[in-house]
Amino acid sequence: MPFYGFKGGIHPDYNKTATAGKAVEVLPVKEGGHYFIPLAQHIGAPAKALVKKGQEVKAGELIGKSAGFISANIHASVSGKVVGLQNIPHPVAGKVPGVVIEAAGDQDDIMPVEEGEKFQDTVLNAGIVGLGGATFPTNVKLSPPKEVDTLIINGAECEPYLTCDHRLMLENAEEILKGALTIQKELGINYLIIAIEENKPDALEVFSKLGENYEFELVPLEVKYPQGGEKQLIKATVDRVVPEGALPLEVGVIVHNVGTCVAVYDAIEKKKPLIERLVTVTGAVGEPKNLLVRIGTPVSEIIEHCGGFPEGVRKVVMGGPMMGFAIPSLDTPMMKGTSGLIAFRESDMPNLKQTNCIRCGRCVDVCPMGLIPAIMDRYVVKEMYEELADWHVMNCIECGCCSFDCPSRRNLASGFKTSKREVMKILKAREAEAKK
Amino acid sequence: MSQDKLLVTFSPHVRDRMTSDRIMLLVVLALVPSMLVSVYVYGFYAIKTYALTILFCLAFEAGFQKIRGTAITLGDNSALLTAILLAMNMPPNPPWWLLMVGSLVAIVISKQVFGGLGHNPFNPALVGRVFLLIAWPAQMTGWIEASTVKAGFAFDTVSAATPLGQVKAEVLTHGEIVSDNLAGMTDLLVGTVNGCLGGDSAIAVLIGGLFLIYKKIIRWHVPATYLGTVFVLTGIYWFFSPDKTLTPIQHLFAGGLMLGAFFMATDYVTSPMTPKGQIIFGVGCGVLTVVIRLFGGYPEGVAFSILIMNAFVPIIDNYMRPKSFGEAAA
Repeated sequence: MPFYGFKGGIHPDYNKTATAGKAVEVLPVKEGGHYFIPLAQHIGAPAKALVKKGQEVKAGELIGKSAGFISANIHASVSGKVVGLQNIPHPVAGKVPGVVIEAAGDQDDIMPVEEGEKFQDTVLNAGIVGLGGATFPTNVKLSPPKEVDTLIINGAECEPYLTCDHRLMLENAEEILKGALTIQKELGINYLIIAIEENKPDALEVFSKLGENYEFELVPLEVKYPQGGEKQLIKATVDRVVPEGALPLEVGVIVHNVGTCVAVYDAIEKKKPLIERLVTVTGAVGEPKNLLVRIGTPVSEIIEHCGGFPEGVRKVVMGGPMMGFAIPSLDTPMMKGTSGLIAFRESDMPNLKQTNCIRCGRCVDVCPMGLIPAIMDRYVVKEMYEELADWHVMNCIECGCCSFDCPSRRNLASGFKTSKREVMKILKAREAEAKK
Repeated sequence: MSQDKLLVTFSPHVRDRMTSDRIMLLVVLALVPSMLVSVYVYGFYAIKTYALTILFCLAFEAGFQKIRGTAITLGDNSALLTAILLAMNMPPNPPWWLLMVGSLVAIVISKQVFGGLGHNPFNPALVGRVFLLIAWPAQMTGWIEASTVKAGFAFDTVSAATPLGQVKAEVLTHGEIVSDNLAGMTDLLVGTVNGCLGGDSAIAVLIGGLFLIYKKIIRWHVPATYLGTVFVLTGIYWFFSPDKTLTPIQHLFAGGLMLGAFFMATDYVTSPMTPKGQIIFGVGCGVLTVVIRLFGGYPEGVAFSILIMNAFVPIIDNYMRPKSFGEAAA
């Protein structure tokens, strides 16, 4: 099995033992409980609400319609009554419009997905987005404008603490594979690669057994963050370099997360829309768990189910500790892209006292994109966006390796993330200038 | 738990344990073997020089920051490190005022006026040394004979020349080396040889330097290319005129080269950040050191060459930018 690796990356403490051995539990729907379903759970335009206050909805019913090319459908995750159309806390956007449903009893019955003419339409109808965290609408990714010869299934799960993909690979391996094979067949892709980090030997074992009956290539990955980054994964497994500013399909590859494959399988084979997902609840909670949770469940309820917080919890992160978002409120609901909930006490948190850059070059060593964060940071501080553009800030994948390794605790990655919007304007202006 | 107390910070939410002040402390730790050797060789004089330099440097750093009304950053250990390196660049028994002026130049003029740690273009300890060397050449070359602890404590010292200084003098006056057995290899390695406080003992510096490489505090690129360049160039010269210079091995271990290569040229703030840049930097330091040692007016060229290369760091960083992932070959 070939493995080529990539340059840079880090080895944080993985902290996965608390939940790696725990089978997935289903969080029951709470009768009378309120479920807050944001209409923007994906990259791109928010969905348009289709329901009115007071209306009865069924689990799986379409309540938000995909608005535009890069957008996704939103379904009711529980049956019940729409009790509000209101703004809902969101970890990134502050507040976003959403639908609040009061859950009724009987939850077994889920409305099937409307089958589309094409396979991609069914995926669109099911409201599937990339479940690795980037939440890019999957139907768009499954409609490549160019020929693709390789499909890579991403089972790296390189973020510390998270284990939900790991559990999924152990408990739903066949579904993952069938979802992947469906994608492979529909798009006429030659090679199927399943890539899993070596720190999950049991998952590798499961897939290597499946390999007796199905045709795919299993690639064990070096344990290193950000091994699951799309461009890093492609470099490591098929040794192709995605050009700067381009998508993986430029080199004939598409990458899908293991969870996305299961969602595709569910939509195509079971006609089930995306209304629930796996989440790892860990850190400073009573009992860390891997939970199957309905979209829209408030974080507070999930935490309660996991035994609540010990004394002194100061920060709750949605997603992984490297790229996740600290949430301001426990009213924030579970979303399609939420892979983890991690609670930190003061004593779990690093000292974040920022000091001057000492030019140690550690950020340069660890950057998987070959950037020079230390120099870019100077331009961020001085808001010199022209220079930032010249130092390739747009190629930053915001993985946070530089910030992680910085001994001066400079907020490198977040600075680049917030600067990119301004840099984008400059690049567009340059392009327009060049066209004249 | 009250919800409005949740802390919101940017990702990543986990960080590596290494901090800047710990890095500085590890470098200080790596200098301990050299300090011990210098105390062994120069006794009380060495202790006095270290103590005074540390006192002056910390006082100037804190005092200047107090006057400017900025945060006092003695806790980052950078002033401590500069102090020890400056002391190591002094002759064994300098007058106290020389140490005071050196500390002032190193801390205030070459570091704090530029904005403190991280903003200084030149290595502070070396600026201090070179300033003193030019302003008070007699005091800065008042070598005393390296013996053992007893000498320093007995205040009974004999003035002497360094191996490099003696070679330079002999070649300038006689056209070739006249004395035999200038500096034995054992003396150079152990450190029982006349010269500056630190760096006398090649072994002690090497232990500290390898420790830093092992701990991944510094990379091998600068020391290896620096020492390699000096070895090759002095080797070529020595091959053709063995009567005019020391052997390449002696060149490696004599003077401040080892200390410079492992501890001064690798200074984060004043050296390039990329491996390629560090190779250019190391080779540059090596070439300049050899040119000054063989053809310059000074017997030693380490301090000058590192300072000159410091000036090129911004431009090296600018041109040695690695290719961004997927960047079009242009």
